[in-house]
Amino acid sequence: MTISPDLDRRFRDAALDLGLVDVGYDVLDSPVGPLLVAASDEGLAAISYEQHADEELDRLCRIAGPRVLRMPRRVDDARRELDEYFAGRRRVFDLTLDLRGLAPFTVSVLGELAKIPFGETTTYGELAARVGRPRAARAVGTVMNRNRIPIVLPCHRVVGAGGNLVGYAGGLDRKVMLLELEGVLL
Amino acid sequence: MMHPVSVPPFELFYEEHRGDVMRLLRRQLGRDRAEDAFQETFLRALRAYGRLAHSENLRAWVLTIARNVAIDTIRRTSPTGQPVEVGAEDGLPVLQELAPLTDGLPPKERAAVVLRYGYDLSYDQIAAALGSSTDAARQATSTGVRRIRKRRTSE
Repeated sequence: MTISPDLDRRFRDAALDLGLVDVGYDVLDSPVGPLLVAASDEGLAAISYEQHADEELDRLCRIAGPRVLRMPRRVDDARRELDEYFAGRRRVFDLTLDLRGLAPFTVSVLGELAKIPFGETTTYGELAARVGRPRAARAVGTVMNRNRIPIVLPCHRVVGAGGNLVGYAGGLDRKVMLLELEGVLL
Repeated sequence: MMHPVSVPPFELFYEEHRGDVMRLLRRQLGRDRAEDAFQETFLRALRAYGRLAHSENLRAWVLTIARNVAIDTIRRTSPTGQPVEVGAEDGLPVLQELAPLTDGLPPKERAAVVLRYGYDLSYDQIAAALGSSTDAARQATSTGVRRIRKRRTSE
C-alpha cells in the first residue's frame, strides 16, 4: 500500500521538529555525480559519492545513531553552499562539521586540510609536516582516503610530491573535475 | 563515539514496513483516521528505535505499535470506547494459545502479555509499543499475568 507524498512529508517534518532524528540526509545532483549528503545535530556528517546508499546509511548509523532518515530540509545549508561552489560563486565553505568518532590525529590532519585555499594544492608530505609529523605522509594519505566529508574538506587539493594526482576515494576523474573547477588544472 | 549497530537505518525500516502499517490502520480505523495514526505509529517507533537491543521481529514490533495507536484512537474518538482486537494475525502458534488466555484482560495488559510472551519482546520494546514507561510496561505485564492466574484458579 502506498503512502501519499503529503503524509510522508508530514511524518518526516514532525520527526525532525520533535528532535527524533539522529541524521538527516538527501541525495543531491552535482557536476561530479549524485552526492549523498548527511547532517546531524552537530553539523555536516558525510558527503558520499557511493552508489551503494545502503552501505553509507549503515556507516551513518555507526557515526551518529540509527535514526537515519531522508530529510531534505536537514541538509539545506550544505545544499546551498555546494550549489554555489559548483556554480563558481563560493570559494570557502561555512558549515559546522560533525567529526565525532575520529581519532585526534585524523581531526588535526583534517583541520589543516580545511585551511588549504580554493585553487591551491599541497602534498601529503607537506600536510604531514603541518601537523608536526613530517614522516607521516602515508598516514595522511590514509586520512584523505577515508575522509567522510570530501569536497567541503578538500582532499582533492592534496597531490603527490611530484605533482601527480595519486588517487582519490571518489575516483581520479572526480579529482580532476574538482581541480579543473578551481582552475588548478586547465 | 561509535554506536554498535543493532538495527537497520530507520529509513530502511520505515520503507519496508510503512505499507503494512497503513494497511492495518486503514482496516481498523478507516481512511481518514488512519493518516494521523500512521504518523503517530512511526513517531512512537522513532522514540524507541535508538534503544532497541536487536533487530528481530521489527515487523511484529511496529504492527503492535500500530494496533495500540489504533486502540488509543478509538478510545479517544468513539463514545463507547470499544477496543479493537489485539493479536494473532501473524499466525504464530504461541499467539493462538495466548488468545483465549488473554481474552477479557484490559487492552493494555493484554497487549503487554501478548508482546512479552507471544513476541518475546523486551520491556523497553513493549514500553515503546504502548507509549508508556518501561516500568509501566513491566507492571502491565505482571498485572495481566496475575489476573490470568487468578481467573484460572477460580475456574
